[in-house]
Amino acid sequence: MDFYLTAILQSLCFAGIALGIFISMKIFKIPDITTDGSYTLGAVITGTLLSHKLPVLATYPIIMISGAVAGALTGLIHTKLKVNALLSGIIVMTGLYSINLTILGRSNLPLLDVETVYGFTNWSTNSILNSLFLLLIFTSLLISIVGYLLKTDFGLAMRATGNSETMIRALGVNTDRMKIIGLAISNSLVATSGFLMGQLQGFVDISMGIGIVIVGLGSVIIAETIINWLNITSVWFSLLIVVFGAVIFQLVLAFTLSVGIDATLLKLVTSVFVLLIVSLPRISFNKAV
Amino acid sequence: MIRIENLTKRFNPGKPNETIALNNISLQINKGEFVVIVGANGSGKSTLLNAISGSLLVSSGELFIENEKVTNLPEHHRSQWIARVFQNPLSGTASELTILENFRLASIRTRPKTLRIGMNSSFTNQVKEKISSLGMGLEDKVHLPIGALSGGQRQALTILMSVMDELKILLLDEPSAALDPRSAEMVMKITQELIDTHALTAILITHNIKDAWQYGNRIIQMNEGKIIRDHNSTQKPNITSSDIFNWFL
Repeated sequence: MDFYLTAILQSLCFAGIALGIFISMKIFKIPDITTDGSYTLGAVITGTLLSHKLPVLATYPIIMISGAVAGALTGLIHTKLKVNALLSGIIVMTGLYSINLTILGRSNLPLLDVETVYGFTNWSTNSILNSLFLLLIFTSLLISIVGYLLKTDFGLAMRATGNSETMIRALGVNTDRMKIIGLAISNSLVATSGFLMGQLQGFVDISMGIGIVIVGLGSVIIAETIINWLNITSVWFSLLIVVFGAVIFQLVLAFTLSVGIDATLLKLVTSVFVLLIVSLPRISFNKAV
Repeated sequence: MIRIENLTKRFNPGKPNETIALNNISLQINKGEFVVIVGANGSGKSTLLNAISGSLLVSSGELFIENEKVTNLPEHHRSQWIARVFQNPLSGTASELTILENFRLASIRTRPKTLRIGMNSSFTNQVKEKISSLGMGLEDKVHLPIGALSGGQRQALTILMSVMDELKILLLDEPSAALDPRSAEMVMKITQELIDTHALTAILITHNIKDAWQYGNRIIQMNEGKIIRDHNSTQKPNITSSDIFNWFL
């Protein structure tokens, strides 16, 4: 039971990545893989600041800003220098690796006797439940904030930017600026995941972000399937399902581990699973046609 | 309203495939004029419209709107005067957004898009009322994604959206070219009504000779980046559609 509970905790940590990828991929239609770098960036800054005894509450704004800067950088390269979005992300992600290593000063850092965000909820004797409460509150906050943002006039302009650029430019929106802000918000959410995950697992590692983008992609694709299936139009509900997608994703991985698949093969299982959920609808549609 | 001085637009300057899309054009369009532009493909009509809207920046020359120099002003700043209707109904609306959301964005065309929720019930009622004036029964579908509508319906809504916020200049780039004859006629009628009620200055590009003859109070013919004919409001009523047809021979 605790095994699956831990998987749920992890998936709630990944809610930020899922929401971030939802913004970059579904709203802006930009495949942004700055994620790998900005997730680790969030984690290593968290680790470094916390081990220097900075309070958690003061750390979090710094994490959000650092993620936003990474995303904005990708956005700037993409819009102002007209570099392909995927390549822009790769460039920033690659650069971030060295920056992360410089910040951390070594390849990993344990967070043993530091005050973490999970110390705030002290309602149960079971520490896993306490972490669950905190993550549930945190995730609800993220969903509320992103949901509200997408409902505002600014959020509408964001959604229209990814949908019909000619239209929204004629309606007075600077689409370049919009994409830069969008990627900043997205990577700020991703860095939040690094912030939560580093503290949950009790250490930060320079390579913890490698391939993490697939967690976000998988969650969003699972969510998209459910959203299309249930014909959901509400923004709030869509975001909730995106987070739900992250939970399903981690539970499936946990299940494959529990049936005895070698942990070495975890990434392979992940990629095959994502391939399956991407292609399943098409395979069944082909029969209908 | 619009003053164009010696406007030139070159594509691929200095390369073997250099083309001069606008060749030293000067043009003055007064308030309340409804200008129809005709011309063969590649004559520079769309380039002229894109230069006015700001989606293309010109190579040389000056452009003024209400005596303000806008030559280097980007498109999203010119939206304070200009609204556009595109040939492709998909370009003028955001398919994944609902009708209401599309109208909300159109209603703040000249204003910044802030962090407040603008779609309240009074706004919804206002939009429903406007849409019902089209008589297409779309007022009950404002919560549907606009992509669920037909091209004609979308184009009609795009035109209506343009007057949701204060508007001076309406640019129409073959708005009815992608539509069936009945929808095309309906779209042109709605356009004429809105131009009349809001006293708009409008520019219409069209390949439809009947439309060119029927609409507008000034007609311009372009060829190879130059204006070769310009008939004002006193001359236009005397031009027949066969005259316009003969211009193309």
